[in-house]
Amino acid sequence: MSLAKRIIPCLDVDNGRVVKGVNFVDIRDAGDPVEIARRYDLEGADEITFLDITASSDERETMVHVVEQVASEVFIPLTVGGGIRTVEDIRRMLNAGADKVGINSAAVARPEFVREAAERFGSQCIVVSIDAKRVSAKGEAPHWEIFTHGGRKATGIDAVEWAERMVALGAGELLLTSMDRDGTKSGFDLDYTRTISERVNVPIIASGGVGNLDHLVDGVVKGHADAVLAASIFHFGEYTVGEAKQHMAEAGVEVRL
Amino acid sequence: MSKTVAVIDYGMGNLHSIAKALEHADPSARVEVTADPTHILSAGHVVFPGVGAIRDCMHELDSTGLRDVVLRAAEQRPFLGICLGMQAMLGHSAENGGVATLGLIPGEVRYFGDDLTDTAGNRLKVPHMGWNQVAQIAHPLWAGIDDGTRFYFVHSYFADPPDVAHRAGMSEYGHAFTAAIARDNLFGVQFHPEKSQKAGLKLLANFLAWNE
Repeated sequence: MSLAKRIIPCLDVDNGRVVKGVNFVDIRDAGDPVEIARRYDLEGADEITFLDITASSDERETMVHVVEQVASEVFIPLTVGGGIRTVEDIRRMLNAGADKVGINSAAVARPEFVREAAERFGSQCIVVSIDAKRVSAKGEAPHWEIFTHGGRKATGIDAVEWAERMVALGAGELLLTSMDRDGTKSGFDLDYTRTISERVNVPIIASGGVGNLDHLVDGVVKGHADAVLAASIFHFGEYTVGEAKQHMAEAGVEVRL
Repeated sequence: MSKTVAVIDYGMGNLHSIAKALEHADPSARVEVTADPTHILSAGHVVFPGVGAIRDCMHELDSTGLRDVVLRAAEQRPFLGICLGMQAMLGHSAENGGVATLGLIPGEVRYFGDDLTDTAGNRLKVPHMGWNQVAQIAHPLWAGIDDGTRFYFVHSYFADPPDVAHRAGMSEYGHAFTAAIARDNLFGVQFHPEKSQKAGLKLLANFLAWNE
């Protein structure tokens, strides 16, 4: 009897519509986040993460409605990231039915925001997202730097030190995305996730680079992640969440089947 | 007569999910999220939720004047504590340097510790977050749910009622801990039934059907 490793499908949502969504055979509307979330839930997703990529802040209200609808019929934990900048943003998402919020660039801009958020709502609902690139030269001990603006802007911040600082400020979980691997389908940066997982005492979620089901196993077994997040392999119908779990179970990883 | 269930709103966390899950579990139930003592005390079933820290929880119960209402609501009708609400049902919590709680069921709430390991010696992180198995101890609220089914947990402190008769479910994280407590008309769960998919909805439906 022990805690299961979690599989978390991620949906990118732009103004209320899922982007990169591809038709599942029996889904009417591949762009409807509610319908896709319902599908992932049925397949056995352990949580669902929504990343709001809406550019205009005027349209953020749309995401609140999406969360409300999903939370009314999908009874697993929901995380919302993207555009979370104020305590009020968090309050609105939690009231809409989200269980956790992901904080990314707002933490880089003002780390104290993480403390304020954790004190106000509890660490259990504060996930800090850390987007990093490996910046060490060959032969050097690996290290990573935080990048913002979708990986375009270097910050000079060391990712491992940052992770420890975020936990000290009250982050209850860390979402670690390798910007080098994101979109490459070549697997997680396992050194990145393992290094941070061994340094902090909160759960970490590996993200960025999943191309096949072995990558998910590696994230847990070699990358020491507590949860694995993937977007495209599930959206594009390459694998179902159920297949992913079955594969992990066969590889000896404890999952909820 | 339609079934009424009051979800006690004393300012500790978002209650949207629990209300929706109760409605889903039993569409005939009339679910009300409320801080009104009259409504709470006239409801057939009462849910006592909570997330956050125990000191804030007890503080909110006092500042809203709901402490006595909760105690009275727990006297006879079916009463379900969830997560921090369940912890508050015990007598004392080690969180926040030690806080006296409601004492509906004797017992302590303890911290998992920072040096927790599994049987293989691997370090276990705190909070205990995710889906863990619950070994059931016979109770009507487990009806139709397989023994050992996983539920969703997020917590760093756990209930420890000394009397085994008050334990309704056990789980394991570094060591065995009590995942569900029960006494007469009272039931409490450390996990979140409202976030535990089918099994969680079934437990809520069982609660709404429960007439202790």
